[in-house]
Amino acid sequence: MNRVAITGAGTINSLGHSVKETFINMAEGLCGIGPLHFRDVDRLDIKIGGQVKNFDPTTVFNRQQLSLYDRVTQFTLIAAKEAVKQSGIIFSGELAAKSGVVLGTAGGGVSTWDDNYRAVYEEGKNRVHPFVVPKLMNNAAASHVSMEYNLKGPSFTVSTACASSNHAIAQAFQMVRSGLSDVMVTGGSESMLCFGGVKAWEGLRVMSKDACRPFSANRNGMVQGEGAAIFVLENFDKAKKRGAEILAEVIGYAMSSDASDIVMPSKQGAARAIKGALHDAQLSPEQVKYINAHGTGTAANDKTECAAVADVFGRHADNLMLSSTKSMHGHLIGGTGAVELLACIMAVKDGIIAPTIGYEEADPECALDVVPNQAREVEVDVALSNAFAFGGLNAVLAVRSV
Amino acid sequence: MDIGTKVIDIIAEQAILDPGDVTLESTLESLGIDSMGLVESIFAIEEAFDIRIPFNANEPSDSDFNISSVASIISGIEKLVAEKT
Repeated sequence: MNRVAITGAGTINSLGHSVKETFINMAEGLCGIGPLHFRDVDRLDIKIGGQVKNFDPTTVFNRQQLSLYDRVTQFTLIAAKEAVKQSGIIFSGELAAKSGVVLGTAGGGVSTWDDNYRAVYEEGKNRVHPFVVPKLMNNAAASHVSMEYNLKGPSFTVSTACASSNHAIAQAFQMVRSGLSDVMVTGGSESMLCFGGVKAWEGLRVMSKDACRPFSANRNGMVQGEGAAIFVLENFDKAKKRGAEILAEVIGYAMSSDASDIVMPSKQGAARAIKGALHDAQLSPEQVKYINAHGTGTAANDKTECAAVADVFGRHADNLMLSSTKSMHGHLIGGTGAVELLACIMAVKDGIIAPTIGYEEADPECALDVVPNQAREVEVDVALSNAFAFGGLNAVLAVRSV
Repeated sequence: MDIGTKVIDIIAEQAILDPGDVTLESTLESLGIDSMGLVESIFAIEEAFDIRIPFNANEPSDSDFNISSVASIISGIEKLVAEKT
């Protein structure tokens, strides 16, 4: 079994257009959530979200590219560029033949569906642009990354709702660890902040109208975000040999399924995933100092997640930090685990724990150290990242400082 | 604007060329328009003239619509526009 290094990271999300900017704003406890700006937002009950700001795709992509790139693909390519550039890897020959890209997304090209349904249903048009299908398909982003960087090995897209990115990263990790590939590009992206995307979520009545306040007794639901985060996972020894900067080491993962309910989370399912990740990474519970929570800000998630953490870690649950950065960047649905892995990297690499902002009132059912409102400087050796999806599909990743 | 000029404008935009560089004898291939560019051009022409072009990308040669040159495309469109009115 090979060790697995992260040698590149890139992102665009409501907190920043790069990893550096995102780290600065996570450390500042900045809120990227604000009023939504898009067509027909006045017809929505939910008018806030973590939208990517100051982004004009026409300054980044040409007309031909834009006819094929949904917003979710645009985000993915921007994040991939930063990650691959940082890794310094140029994919050619045998390396290119074995390297691939595994990405997570829940919705794929949601705004392409939305725009074209509008055209045919609302405007009564009988013709849509010929590239609607290649633009909206869930694997479009992964395919464009493969084309951009000459990745000719195993590539695919994982769609497991809010756990998509963690499942994807786990797959890529497994490929490098097993030796199937020396390098894999992975992560996830989402762009559901359009009329139809938010309207669908409104229906569930789990959305907050004012803020995402995970673990706070006065929380009132989740807030959507958008964006992407992409990583380059590489055979650790080979990365070291070529003198690459290693941001962190991925040391394990686990996946579990609740097999119980299509929306309600299960403490047992979450606990099995956390415990499984500890076992896979050969960690004792006491070694974990930070957990990036799934922490959606819904009553159902937050109570269940805290109970699962308390179950797995026992008395050590009181000594570890558990923060939800969704309070800042919103819930990126299928892309969320990827952006949240950045918070874990910041913890183990820079010793800065991103806070849970918007925390106002203690909840006895979430009585853990949730790093309220202010980032903290603590040296952290091992961090976990939780993702618990609708449909009861869970995936937890473990990373270590180098 | 007559039909020919409008079609040439659409094809030129697709090929990222100056309309002056698109002649009646040009083929789509010579203008660097690939199969994706072709379906995009057909879409743009349908939108511009509000017509339906009988073109199947699986069997371009079997279609009733002749795409062998700019001239043949224009005459095909003129016919479809005439049938519409």
